[in-house]
Amino acid sequence: MSVVQTDFRAAILDPARPAPAGLVDPEGRPAGKRFDVYRNNVVVSLTNALAEAFPVIRKLLGENNFSILAHQFVRAHPPDSPRIALYGGALPAFLEGFEPVRHLGYLPDVARLEHALRESYHAADVPAVDPAALAALPPDRLLVARLTLAPTLRWVASDWPIAAIWHFNATGGPKPAMQAETALVTRPDFDPVVTALSPAGGAFVSNLAAGERIGAAIDAATARAADFDLAATLAALVSGGAITAIEED
Amino acid sequence: MLDATRSGSLPNAAGVGYKPQHFAAIMEDPGPVRWLEIHAENYMGDGGRPIAQLRHLAERFPISVHGVGLSIGGEAPLDTEHLSRLRHLVDWLNPASFSEHLAWSTHDTAFLNDLLPLPYTAATLDRVAAHIDQVQEALGRRMLLENPSTYLAFAESEMSETDFLREIARRTGCGLLLDINNVFVSATNQQTDPRAYIADFPLDLVGEMHLGGHDEQMDEHGAPLLIDSHGTEVVDPVWTLYAETIARMGPRPSLIEWDNDVPDWPVLAAEAARADRILAPVSQ
Repeated sequence: MSVVQTDFRAAILDPARPAPAGLVDPEGRPAGKRFDVYRNNVVVSLTNALAEAFPVIRKLLGENNFSILAHQFVRAHPPDSPRIALYGGALPAFLEGFEPVRHLGYLPDVARLEHALRESYHAADVPAVDPAALAALPPDRLLVARLTLAPTLRWVASDWPIAAIWHFNATGGPKPAMQAETALVTRPDFDPVVTALSPAGGAFVSNLAAGERIGAAIDAATARAADFDLAATLAALVSGGAITAIEED
Repeated sequence: MLDATRSGSLPNAAGVGYKPQHFAAIMEDPGPVRWLEIHAENYMGDGGRPIAQLRHLAERFPISVHGVGLSIGGEAPLDTEHLSRLRHLVDWLNPASFSEHLAWSTHDTAFLNDLLPLPYTAATLDRVAAHIDQVQEALGRRMLLENPSTYLAFAESEMSETDFLREIARRTGCGLLLDINNVFVSATNQQTDPRAYIADFPLDLVGEMHLGGHDEQMDEHGAPLLIDSHGTEVVDPVWTLYAETIARMGPRPSLIEWDNDVPDWPVLAAEAARADRILAPVSQ
């Protein structure tokens, strides 16, 4: 009989299924443990890929719990592309529905941030504008200008102190205080950097990214918080090399 | 049939599978290492450090691009989006060689990240040959196809692996990548003679060789079961088989593969030096 790849694949991802009939050892007996080598290769290699991509999730859950999570995720959401470096985009949503970690409400956003760091790491290199060009623009022209943002830029808006949680676990930062944050990801050279923004700062960035004029983005941010810190938010973008062009009509 | 190469070829010398943690050491002193191999899928991003490092390396070393995700043995059509990404990489890098595996890894959009086995039948021959034609056409170059490590067999197989590979090469004009560790692992697992495999292999088509480490286990009947783990040194019997094969067919570009528990550079360089000592006398 002929073994079809649909059955092979189903048995690889479901340990409860027997190995497909027609796979044999040198004596012609059912493949048994020999098939398990492939099962193991698939689950272990993809679990390792997730462990590399989500080191903070792994640290927060511990080795054992992370393995349990990864094994279930791998079987439910195998990669849809051979670019394993970007595997795990579906992990945040999976975490939202994963009963054992429902009490850790910030986990999905931490996973979003780690995936954003991965995407930023592999994103295209586009030179940033000279910061002096931005500083030299008179306010009336600045307010109606639009900014082109770097392909390396990402942000994750959260109800949790998401940037602080990430720094606490990844870089030894101070203990997070409970507040909503937007984690800004920029890549000044090759290594992505995480900066904490207020929700208003996050609104400013997302409005710029949507193509709004700087003035309109400021209005959107100020509507979120009257004390929106424009200078600090622009500084984070500029120092991260996140502005690649200034467009004036 | 397509051009053998567009940018020269790999030297008949030792190379290693490139790992980013070795970048500084390689640029400072590559020792016996004359060329590098990369996994294509790790260099399909748009930019950043991986691409920048690869550009630097390509200025100094011939590069071999080794695909691990095309699923050439897949029952479904090849993923054309992935093939386009591969073409983009090959176009800008212009590597000395491109190789892939006699295996499958993608089915129903799920990429399983392992090199899964194929039955050696007329139907598989037709499918694999058509996919290799498509790849060679898309890349505008000849590719090398690698013999797999196998842990089990298909009752439906109608021909030997060597006959299968010979026929694929005859139909498509592709060359072959002979992985000596895979020969040893498969022969042990299938309880056949690795020397008989080499004797039956179309050595004139070999454009590259691989050497790597494996793990030793046993199946539920107590039979040896070797796992192609690429996480240790090459074992002595594999070195012996390699030396015998080189003595027979002459020197070929020879790669040390070490993908898991990657050691510090001196350990990897020492493995390359061992290959170099076998290659050098026959390269005179």
